[in-house]
Amino acid sequence: MTVLAALQGFDSLMSGDTVVAQNIAFGILALVMIVAALRMVTTSNVVHAALYLVIVLAGVSGIFILLGAEFVGVTQVLVYIGAIVVLFLFGIMLTRGALGEDEEADTEKRRMAVLVGVLVLVVTGGAVLDSFGDAAVNRAAPSLTAEIGDTIFSQYIVPFEAVSVLLLAALIGAIVVARKD
Amino acid sequence: MNTLTLAVELAHWQQTTIRAVVGLVAVLLPAGTLVYLFLFKMMSFMQSRLGPMEAGPYGSLQLLAEVGKFLQKEDIVPENADRIVFKAAPFVVLVSTFLLVLVIPGGPDLMFIDVDTGIFLALAVSSISVIGILMAGWASASKYSLLGALRATGQLIAYELPLVLAVMGVVIQAGTLNMQGIVMAQAEGEIFGFGGIGSPFIITQFLGFAIFLIAVQAELTQPPFDMPIAESELVTGYLTEYSGMRFLMFFIGEFATAGIFSALAATLFLGGWYVPGLDPTDNLFNVIGPMVLLGKIVLVAFLIFWFRFTYPRFREDQLQTLAWKVLIPLSLANIIATGVLKVVF
Repeated sequence: MTVLAALQGFDSLMSGDTVVAQNIAFGILALVMIVAALRMVTTSNVVHAALYLVIVLAGVSGIFILLGAEFVGVTQVLVYIGAIVVLFLFGIMLTRGALGEDEEADTEKRRMAVLVGVLVLVVTGGAVLDSFGDAAVNRAAPSLTAEIGDTIFSQYIVPFEAVSVLLLAALIGAIVVARKD
Repeated sequence: MNTLTLAVELAHWQQTTIRAVVGLVAVLLPAGTLVYLFLFKMMSFMQSRLGPMEAGPYGSLQLLAEVGKFLQKEDIVPENADRIVFKAAPFVVLVSTFLLVLVIPGGPDLMFIDVDTGIFLALAVSSISVIGILMAGWASASKYSLLGALRATGQLIAYELPLVLAVMGVVIQAGTLNMQGIVMAQAEGEIFGFGGIGSPFIITQFLGFAIFLIAVQAELTQPPFDMPIAESELVTGYLTEYSGMRFLMFFIGEFATAGIFSALAATLFLGGWYVPGLDPTDNLFNVIGPMVLLGKIVLVAFLIFWFRFTYPRFREDQLQTLAWKVLIPLSLANIIATGVLKVVF
């Protein structure tokens, strides 16, 4: 059983009430995420920005769970909140981490950042709309972790291995760049 | 699995309320037990003294006295601190602790949520507490706090890997991430055809159990891994500026997490709520299961606290070396060996 089903009681998973509840939960999550995302790019304190990012990522995880993609949602917490944001915070605090406002945060680069942000939105939004259109999400079958594992290691084994090698290359590259000698 | 028959059918919100209350008890009761049994009494006996004796019989009410003392203290926020982040930090740590307890089953039908990802979910939410520690250290506007938080983060990142990898062996053997499934796999397992005691994974996964306990010790930032709060160097690290209620929350968080990690170890390696010789689907386990689990928690926690009171502190570089050069390669070898044996047998 998935988190979603466990939270709602499995029998009522398909009923109309659940869809309403899911929509309300989605609305709340989306609102919190939008506010946190806006605050993240407008705040002039780098640590606060990283903490707002935590809220956004937690919201993403919540939406994955709402859609029945439990494994992806939990991975989101483990990888992004538990590792990546922690490394951001660690890096910020080791290097600057001043309390209060940081004047350098507000630079001319802001315009370029807006441009890049809009471009990313257009490209990803276009890609999602192009591939899925208005197809409905399959609510009847929350994905099981074992099935995801089976698919990765049979059907998608080649892309999976390619991504692994790519990540390994990035890792070695990072070490080479960071080494001084 | 038979269904638990209740005299009354409860609505979903009523069940949720009961779960919330039981969850609170499940977090606080083991935490209180561990503090009294080990921190107050066992440590005292190991140091040839009696420990608290005045409050209640054998000082058993000392804990309530301590809580009352902390509640009366002033909640001080340093002048230069980032007030909101400073005040929110203990809550982040506690949220992580309370989410952890959700996956632990107390009997065949006793569980908060029966989720497919089980132990994976627990390991994911346990990593949230790092953010609370970093928030506390940074927002305190004190160099000792910040140093403590940075040390804590470096340590938690390093030891999270062996923690996750040590669990992998159990998951491979049980063939499921679900905690209930892992208990059942141990209850119904056989050792070379002998099913008398089931197959507790501590026997086949002893290396995993040892790595898990060492990593838990480091995750709890307890001695011998207490560099983040090394009181001779850093006052008390990220806790330095906290007082009263908020310090109490960090304190509860630490010992509640110790209790819950003991529960995780008990479930993964000692068979959880199951006692050998009985039918694991028996309704009896819905009654005695939580007590059996508490007994196993105390057993595992005894090991954790024994090491805590016995060994001196690691140096920072020794601590990192142990994680990256010893524990991680060992746990990877354990995974490979388990995988090969799983395929062979």
